[in-house]
Amino acid sequence: MSGAALTGEEAPFPQREAARLGRMRRRRMQSLLGWGLCALGFGLLAFAMGWILLLVLLRGISALTPKVFLEVTQGTGGGLLNAIEGTLLIGAGSMLLAVPLGVAAGMYAAQFKHSWFASAIRFMADVLVGVPSIVLGYFGYITMVEGLGWQFSLAAACITIAILCLPYICRTTELALSQVPAAMQEAAFALGAGEGRVAWRIALPVAMPGILTGVLLAFAISVGETAPLIYTAGWSSYLWNGQLVRSPVGYLTYAIWAFINEPFASANALAYAAALLVTLIVLLISIAARLVLLRRQGAR
Amino acid sequence: MSFRRVLAVFAGILPASLVAVIVFLAVYSWPAVRFNGVGFVTSSTWNLGNTYGSPILRDGVQVLPGAHYGILFLVAGTLLSTLLALVIAVPVGVGAAIFLAEAVPGQLRLWLSFLVELLAAVPSVVFGLWGYAVLIPLLGHTIFPIMQRLLGFVPFLGGPTGSGYGLLTAGIVLSLMIVPLIAATLRDAILAEPMVVRESAAALGATKFETVWKVVLPGVRKILIGVTILATGRALGETMAVLMVSGNALNYLPPNIYSPISTMAAFIVSQLDSALQDPTGLAVRSLAEVALMLSVISVGVNTLARLVLYRAGLKDARV
Repeated sequence: MSGAALTGEEAPFPQREAARLGRMRRRRMQSLLGWGLCALGFGLLAFAMGWILLLVLLRGISALTPKVFLEVTQGTGGGLLNAIEGTLLIGAGSMLLAVPLGVAAGMYAAQFKHSWFASAIRFMADVLVGVPSIVLGYFGYITMVEGLGWQFSLAAACITIAILCLPYICRTTELALSQVPAAMQEAAFALGAGEGRVAWRIALPVAMPGILTGVLLAFAISVGETAPLIYTAGWSSYLWNGQLVRSPVGYLTYAIWAFINEPFASANALAYAAALLVTLIVLLISIAARLVLLRRQGAR
Repeated sequence: MSFRRVLAVFAGILPASLVAVIVFLAVYSWPAVRFNGVGFVTSSTWNLGNTYGSPILRDGVQVLPGAHYGILFLVAGTLLSTLLALVIAVPVGVGAAIFLAEAVPGQLRLWLSFLVELLAAVPSVVFGLWGYAVLIPLLGHTIFPIMQRLLGFVPFLGGPTGSGYGLLTAGIVLSLMIVPLIAATLRDAILAEPMVVRESAAALGATKFETVWKVVLPGVRKILIGVTILATGRALGETMAVLMVSGNALNYLPPNIYSPISTMAAFIVSQLDSALQDPTGLAVRSLAEVALMLSVISVGVNTLARLVLYRAGLKDARV
């Protein structure tokens, strides 16, 4: 190959010269084709994303009436107040459980990062992320809904979603803490601060924006989950009665799944309204988290 | 107690919950595991038996007369839909990653990458809604019949095209759900490849695409393998979207690519109500066995994926 190129330059061998040019042209065409296929790959993704957003926005906005926010579900009509309330309750309740435990796990993995237990936490978190949410839902069903006799309830739903969110909070906390400059912590140690004081008073405040971003993303996950809730929260058309157990709760994702299959236009409209609310909450949180991240990177 | 000990107690809840999930599922499904035996994965009949009959004692377990639990059709549906999803998602993901990392300049890359990451944030049930409302009518009425006419001679692409609910639809929706993971991870890996590698290739006369395709991409192949396994785990356990587009087939293996299927994860949701009709509780325990199998498979797949990714130097893979 290189021989042909050299002789092409040194001596007039028209056939070799032509072959060289042909090969160049072919390589250029191949490259162009390659770029085209790559762009096509990205284009497909962007197209699908646009299509999904368009469907949810168009159908959702036309279904979004004041009634959706003011009334509870009645049969296949009414509003979604019960589901909105339920989604927020489940999100808040699961964060209440998952944030302290997840931050503790992340803090251990970051502050004692060379210990075997830290490696175990990191690895188990990565594996737990991959466990299908429906498996966690079934676990919640046999242990809490059936085993403890809680029936479909807010408590069972919150604990199940908390387990689901733990690894996300753990890993983002660990990442945020590991970016705290070591010199800062060493300075505190040198002044006589203990491990606890350094972790709480030095590392945690510095890492706080990163941790909060992770908590926000975990909240978004809790809003978008469906499968584990079908097994633990059940569904209710009423507002929450203040009971933690033995009382099912409604949530938005259930409305999407259940009402889109109903043969009534009113039910379908509720499904699209719920889809719009869920998608907006999830995407807005993702965008906010991303902007926080970008600003921090930009500041550095 | 020292700070470290106290912290360890709270931190230990995370590993403990993973262990608890598997142990509880195993203990709860044990009677079903014993009753179903190997036939559970080799036969395609899920039959609660006569729910009006009185329970009989078989192999030391109370069962309904005629009860038989086999989930080969679910295993097949799960594996085939995941395989289809990977066949679509890996090339698209690699293409999108190369495009984002190499073809787009800085600021624009940030925004386009963001678009891909947003796709990953869309909840499963919204994918299902889109599949149900948009994809199924389009595929069932237009695209499947055309595919069957043009490609009908290929095995699995001929035969009745059905209504649009089925294996290929599930594969397409699944591929959209896992492709952001592949694209984003690979894009980061490509961006992290040292510049000197590219410069060397360029100095040897490679075009820019040849540099990316023949030099940079082979450099990140371990990460590609790892993230593909990771995506396989996601696809295996995906529930709601599959539930809404797969057609929830019962007790038969898909004869072609358009045929309705069901997956292990979707089956657990769709069958709970009916399983509760079994007064002996064996149906619910058999569903727990499905969940147990699914969790063991996903733990295995994810362990493998993480080992490959850790080896490739990617300690903080996106979660």
